[in-house]
Amino acid sequence: MPLRKKPVFLNLLQIRLPIAGIMSIIHRASGMLMVLLIPLSVYLLDLSLADEQGFAAVGSLLQSSLVGFTLFLLLWALLHHLYSGIRYLLIDVEIGVERPVYRYTAWAVTLLAPLSALLLWGVL
Amino acid sequence: MHGATGLRAWVVQRLSAIYMAVFILLMLGVFIFSPPADYTAWRGLMSHTLVSVAVLLFYLSVLIHAWVGVRDILIDYVQWQVVRLLLLALFGLMFVASGLWLLEVMLLARINGI
Repeated sequence: MPLRKKPVFLNLLQIRLPIAGIMSIIHRASGMLMVLLIPLSVYLLDLSLADEQGFAAVGSLLQSSLVGFTLFLLLWALLHHLYSGIRYLLIDVEIGVERPVYRYTAWAVTLLAPLSALLLWGVL
Repeated sequence: MHGATGLRAWVVQRLSAIYMAVFILLMLGVFIFSPPADYTAWRGLMSHTLVSVAVLLFYLSVLIHAWVGVRDILIDYVQWQVVRLLLLALFGLMFVASGLWLLEVMLLARINGI
């Protein structure tokens, strides 16, 4: 049987991705972002445990305003990945599979992630 | 192509996710309610037997989870087999190196902390 060519439509200005699709793309993007920062996280842990100076250096780095906003973005990435991950796990056990709930939870994840990241950013 | 490993990857991705979620919540709790005040406290925390093992398990989960995730993304977006394989190898190398480095850091913390 000859393979039929799939219809491809990729005009980004006309595609109207449902909210669950947008949430899913952010899940992937945030995951990739965090993956690229794995070596940096080990480096910072190494530095902070090496000696007093290293500990102080990591401390002042994390407190600096330059890193501050980046830290917020990172928290956002982490929380979005976490919340959408929990949503996927719930869908695995058949909670929130149906259409209206499916969309509400996608909205909730996408909106709650930056909000709670902001909140946590203030606390930490 | 991935018929044999698909289910295993699916299970591994979920188990590692659950462990990481619990670990992160516990760590957030520690950092919000009793953050380590100074270097000695921080090293004491990280060289504690339970914490040390929990951190090692956390990074193991992160690396396995990252491997499955990156593999899925590369399979979807990189259609050129040679480039895909090269990128997979690069990520794999980065993950193994990071894991060994972390093991070294945690072992040193244990040795120096006691």
